[in-house]
Amino acid sequence: MPVQIEGSQAVAAAVALCRPEVISCYPITPQTHIVEALSAMVKKGEMGNCQFINAESEFGALSVVIGASAAGARAYTATSSQGILFMAEAVYNAAGLGFPIVMTIGNRAIGAPINIWNDHSDSMSMRDAGWIQLYAETNQEAVDLHIQAFRLAEDLSCPVMVCMDGFILTHAYEPVEIPTQEQVDAFLPPYDPVQVLDPADPMTIGAMVGPEAFAEVRYLAHHKQLRALERIPQLSAEFQERTGRASGGLTGAYRTDDADTIVVALGSVNGTIKEAVDELRNDGIAVGSLKIGSYRPFPTGRVRATLHPAKRVIVVEKDLAVGKGGIVSSDVKMALRGTAVVVQTVIAGLGGRSITKASLVQMIREAREGKLDEPHFLDLNWTTIHNELARQQQQRRSGPVAENILRAAKAAASKNF
Amino acid sequence: MSYQRIKFYQTGTFSVGNRLLDEANRTVQARMERTNSLDSGHRACQGCGEALGARYAVDAAMRASNNQLVAVNATGCLEVFSTPYPESSWRIPWMHSLFGNAPAVATGVAAALRAKGRTDVKVLAQGGDGGTVDIGFGCLSGMFERNDDVLYICYDNEAYMNTGVQRSGSTPPAARTMTTQAVGARPGNEFGAGKNLPRIAMAHGIPYVATASVTDLRDLEAKVSKAMKIFGARYIHIHVPCPLGWAHDPALTIKVARLAVESGLFPLFEAELGRVTGRTQIRRRVPVERYLELQGRFKHLFGDPPDRETIAAIQSIADEHVKTYELLKEEGPHGT
Repeated sequence: MPVQIEGSQAVAAAVALCRPEVISCYPITPQTHIVEALSAMVKKGEMGNCQFINAESEFGALSVVIGASAAGARAYTATSSQGILFMAEAVYNAAGLGFPIVMTIGNRAIGAPINIWNDHSDSMSMRDAGWIQLYAETNQEAVDLHIQAFRLAEDLSCPVMVCMDGFILTHAYEPVEIPTQEQVDAFLPPYDPVQVLDPADPMTIGAMVGPEAFAEVRYLAHHKQLRALERIPQLSAEFQERTGRASGGLTGAYRTDDADTIVVALGSVNGTIKEAVDELRNDGIAVGSLKIGSYRPFPTGRVRATLHPAKRVIVVEKDLAVGKGGIVSSDVKMALRGTAVVVQTVIAGLGGRSITKASLVQMIREAREGKLDEPHFLDLNWTTIHNELARQQQQRRSGPVAENILRAAKAAASKNF
Repeated sequence: MSYQRIKFYQTGTFSVGNRLLDEANRTVQARMERTNSLDSGHRACQGCGEALGARYAVDAAMRASNNQLVAVNATGCLEVFSTPYPESSWRIPWMHSLFGNAPAVATGVAAALRAKGRTDVKVLAQGGDGGTVDIGFGCLSGMFERNDDVLYICYDNEAYMNTGVQRSGSTPPAARTMTTQAVGARPGNEFGAGKNLPRIAMAHGIPYVATASVTDLRDLEAKVSKAMKIFGARYIHIHVPCPLGWAHDPALTIKVARLAVESGLFPLFEAELGRVTGRTQIRRRVPVERYLELQGRFKHLFGDPPDRETIAAIQSIADEHVKTYELLKEEGPHGT
């Protein structure tokens, strides 16, 4: 029975069903509702002997979780934005040591300028840290992915990030089916660590490794992710058998069979993209879309197989490799190397700017007419940009860029009244 | 855990292995059952104070915990000289994660053990002064204020020795390091800077704080043993001379440590719940010159003419310690 529930509350319920033994966190918007809910459940005694640690920083929170995992506990944390940057050193460390931690990312932009709204800059900054990165399209999928994430992490001894769009998912109320404890227990066996700090079997964890072995250790981290490429679809299928829901998996294709243009994206924007696809299909335009559910490991083979029959691929991404363009589009281009498919990059939704169906439809039409610049910035206000560039030309001490842009935006808004 | 037969011997110090003692009163190191948690064959320098301090501290913690101990180590000399795979010197479950997170990792280990009902297993975290007073300070303070059940031991050699002797927040005034060189009008480290971590730990109101020194290993063992019997966040700050960074004769490590204590520069005390509850009084007080002159890091104070003003300023620090911690016995009618 689906319940009407906030995304964060639903994820907290899913995490609780996974019977974590240690949770540690540090407040940052927009992931806070998840850990607030978990802290209440722990305090009420609804989560058995689970320990909830309020850390002094995100770096501390992930470090607590690393220690807990090393001592054989199922451990969880969540963060967003600046938080994942502040814990960056520990993010790499958790993966390097091979601890199966699950961490929710409530995706949010990175400052400066400080911004609390959604884009994917935060998790993208850690894409090469060795964590598996799964991106949820809906709150239902976020719930299901967390349960799959613990199983996947522990199967491979590899940490997993479940990325869900901040506010768009974390704060949205929609009907979500929460699995039963029996379903989760049947899917997720107790954690059986491959390495553990135990006086009965003393081992040294985390010692120095020199040039004679470092490359092999790194290769095996890569190999783990290659195994994840096989495990992710298997776990998704097994989950579907138990719950009847198709959630997770490497990719999700929508109306791609005869499409000459396919839009690729991560996360919740896939919902809007599907609606844009439907509208264009109604006009007889052969468009489809491909959701990338697993960004790390990147499902190169699946992406290629789905995209290569198309003429044109448009990667809509909520991030920016400053000085270059797209991050996801680089991976997509690599997947399509040697084919004649044209890959275009559309930078969209930065800092929470709405990605509307109308903008997407227009952009796709322009792309099909060959009118799109590369990379294309969706709904960018070029007038404001040219004005600010001119200002900067005129005076050396032109002041904070963000303030100038906001002044211009306000002035434009007041003129419209 | 395996046992090793050891030879008892007189060391000429007030430290270990006095076979004249009743067995029950012997130090942990002098016992047949000592665990050699930090085993021989590691790569510490000759005369390393940290290796000595760690050996005694960890074996004492092992004994006090009935050998049910997990250790977490910050990055630093102790981590590097004791480990490179596959030659770990640790005979206990031991983990290194990062430079700045050892207290938080230890908190996580303690939380996991609590979640699993393993109240029999105790957690020790350890690091050098850089990992403790500087880069790990945030995590340490968090561990303290939450009163997590961890004993944290700082081996203080007063600079970043592992990276080649750079200044830390624990480097004393006038000391030469590679980032406070003995050049310019005021050579060496600045006066009026630096942290007193034992006092900061006390300000958290945690159950137990102590200082110790490798010059008094029996006292060190006793403090570790005592700390291990207390629940909550505990902190022990151990003064460990570094022949490399301090530029003293490696044969003089114990002597240098003893002169730090006997001059009053490194006071030995205990505190419970924020109050000083015990101190080791100085038997024969020495002027700070006796301590400083053995170390190349203070060589610039002993030129021709010597830098009397700076030496006097250091002496006044020692005098202040003597007053604050009541380190001198009241002179009785017959003197001392």
